[in-house]
Amino acid sequence: MAQEDTNVIDQPEVLKPRLVTIEISGKKYEVPEGITVIKALWYTGQEVVRGAGCLGGFCGACATYYRTKDDPKVRTCLACQTAVQDGMSFTIMPPFPARKALYDIQKLQDPKQDLFNLYPEAPLCRNCNACTEACPQKIDVREGVWKAVFGDFKSVSEMFMDCVMCGMCTPVCIADIAPNLVALYVSRAQGAHFTEKPLGLETRIKEIQDGRFDDEWKKVLNMNDKELASYP
Amino acid sequence: MDIHALQQIVHKTRDARRKQTIPKFSPADRDTLIKKYHPDFRESAYRPIRFGPNEGDKTVVELAALLEGDSPIHDDVDLTPQYQTDVLVIGGGGAGCAAALHAHGAGAKVVLATKLRLGDSNSVMAQGGMQISVSPEDSPVTHFIDTLKGGHMQNDHALLKVMVEDGPSIAKWLIDLGVLFDRQADGNLHVKKGGGSSKPRLLTCSDYTGLEIMRVLKDEVINQQIQLLEFCAAIELLSDDNGACTGAIFKDLDNHRYVVAAAKSVILATGGIGRLHIQGFPTSNHYGATGDGLCLAYRMGAKLAHIDTFQYHPSGAVYPEQLIGALVTEGIRSEGGHLVNAKGERFVNELDTRDVVSSSIIRECEESRGIRTMSGRVGVWLDTPLLDAEHGAGTVEKHFPAMVMQFERFGIDISKDPVLIYPTLHYQNGGVKIDTDSETNVKNLFVAGEASGGLHGRNRLMGNSLLDLMVFGKRSGLTAASRTGSMTQGKLTLRHLQQFRSEAQRHGHASGVISPMILPAYTRKVG
Repeated sequence: MAQEDTNVIDQPEVLKPRLVTIEISGKKYEVPEGITVIKALWYTGQEVVRGAGCLGGFCGACATYYRTKDDPKVRTCLACQTAVQDGMSFTIMPPFPARKALYDIQKLQDPKQDLFNLYPEAPLCRNCNACTEACPQKIDVREGVWKAVFGDFKSVSEMFMDCVMCGMCTPVCIADIAPNLVALYVSRAQGAHFTEKPLGLETRIKEIQDGRFDDEWKKVLNMNDKELASYP
Repeated sequence: MDIHALQQIVHKTRDARRKQTIPKFSPADRDTLIKKYHPDFRESAYRPIRFGPNEGDKTVVELAALLEGDSPIHDDVDLTPQYQTDVLVIGGGGAGCAAALHAHGAGAKVVLATKLRLGDSNSVMAQGGMQISVSPEDSPVTHFIDTLKGGHMQNDHALLKVMVEDGPSIAKWLIDLGVLFDRQADGNLHVKKGGGSSKPRLLTCSDYTGLEIMRVLKDEVINQQIQLLEFCAAIELLSDDNGACTGAIFKDLDNHRYVVAAAKSVILATGGIGRLHIQGFPTSNHYGATGDGLCLAYRMGAKLAHIDTFQYHPSGAVYPEQLIGALVTEGIRSEGGHLVNAKGERFVNELDTRDVVSSSIIRECEESRGIRTMSGRVGVWLDTPLLDAEHGAGTVEKHFPAMVMQFERFGIDISKDPVLIYPTLHYQNGGVKIDTDSETNVKNLFVAGEASGGLHGRNRLMGNSLLDLMVFGKRSGLTAASRTGSMTQGKLTLRHLQQFRSEAQRHGHASGVISPMILPAYTRKVG
């Protein structure tokens, strides 16, 4: 078919995959260029139990440290969202023993002050910016920690909506702050304590309790499929 | 051809397409389209199940083999429990967390076991939102009717009614826990329109709805100090002499030891089957979506419903290679994104139900109006730049930050260029049959979330899954918790397994398949 000749996207890398040399936890392997880091693990015969989750870039299970050829800079990525390249060296981040504060979000009396009891290390940020550089989601983590400390919970909750809780901001912190956990607390407090309750929702809940829809339910639940299909 | 050259037709036809209205199909045309192109109607992919509660019912061959599969457990296994609890929740996604929190809140002792980490699930990836009828022009009845029509009238009415009616109080529960839903200027919940819904009804947290809900629920499970067994995969349930469920056996994936947990009730919240890659489809599902709960419940004698129907989400990425199968959220179409074939034409109302949209994409591709990739895939364009043209520059970036970032990592700017998509295996419409308490026909065995069946009929509407998880997580958790006071722990036996094995033998079944699968076999075995 003539159409087949034209409607095809060029992907020379797919037709002739070039093998590249990478290092996984310090060991060299050859893998096809451009596959994701997680697929490189499978390709080299490794069983993955820890280090894979949603495989869609949302769960943070596959937080990974990597370095590209000849570059001394160690970077971070999500293994399911990053393609390998020649000379890349990587290792999946082991679970990091960060301390999470325990709290009952609904019972907090003064959430902005409580931050300092729950995470007393939060105000000790020394501005090194390592957390921001470590974030694979490109969140300005350092700025977020400062905003949290200064009580701007709204901004923090917006900045950290992208946070996948991979925790890569934590091992690099010289003040032992777990910024993602601080931000999670702040976001929840923002939602539970500093956001207007939606009145329309309360109305709807009451309408259901008061049986406002009961007559319509009675009618609808007695219909046959044909009547239902053409309702309302 | 260079991808940018192929994309030109989308840019060139954009203005003309914006003036077009594509009517929805008539019910008869829908049926014809689906029967001809939807993968659920590919007969060769199906076979009857040979024995068990659904003997003779057809399902996809991949699932049939697992349902008939043998347990890894030997008869002489030591059943001395290491854990003793009121409620045992198996699965750490949305339904599991909701079940655990409600059971715990009602005073029950809860253990939550999951084969990966707490929260590793499909729930965390849900982008489109959560359907709840909160706006004044909407109602639970309208939500009910929309869902029925989407499910081809096959939905269990009782389950559906409680879901739509519980919805608003679920939204309140989540808000009180700190979930940040998008708001209107007046403080009310912002609602978006979803495929197959007659009213805007989707509550969203930008395109991170599932992530935001799961961050909060996970945090709450930890704050409530609910006992967790992570990296523990359920491999068999336990039953007493009367066939009621009394616990489960797990395999600790770190040290490969068996762990036995005795429980007064068990809640399976193990999710779906995407990683079985049925019919060879790529999937949007998480690493552990291998249908484990279906196998476990089936061996216990639980009846399954609608296991011959699966949802293929219309927009799975086809390009670049690294993102194959990954979801391009339906939110793009909710905000007016067009589907465009290789000739620059629209071919379906983009907000029709998922089965209709998927079938029409498959039709375009089978009739040579698709765009092919050199790895042998085919797809159609989703016109993402249209959103900026329609609603102003920056719309795509502001409303779909997750999507933008996912493609940006591979050098693609979806606000400037359309993305190539094809249906991806997304959801199992059916599952273990439950009642409105989320209980199965096996006493004290509950199933919540995607692993359950009946609620969604033959096609789930966008945004109904997140609600399903929360409603039936809650119902299972509360019912299980309410029973604990009047119950004593039942005996731990493998009687159900002995029965299952003798039935398998009678049917001459020795396929050698061991189930549940636990994780997909992606590891390359040869050098």
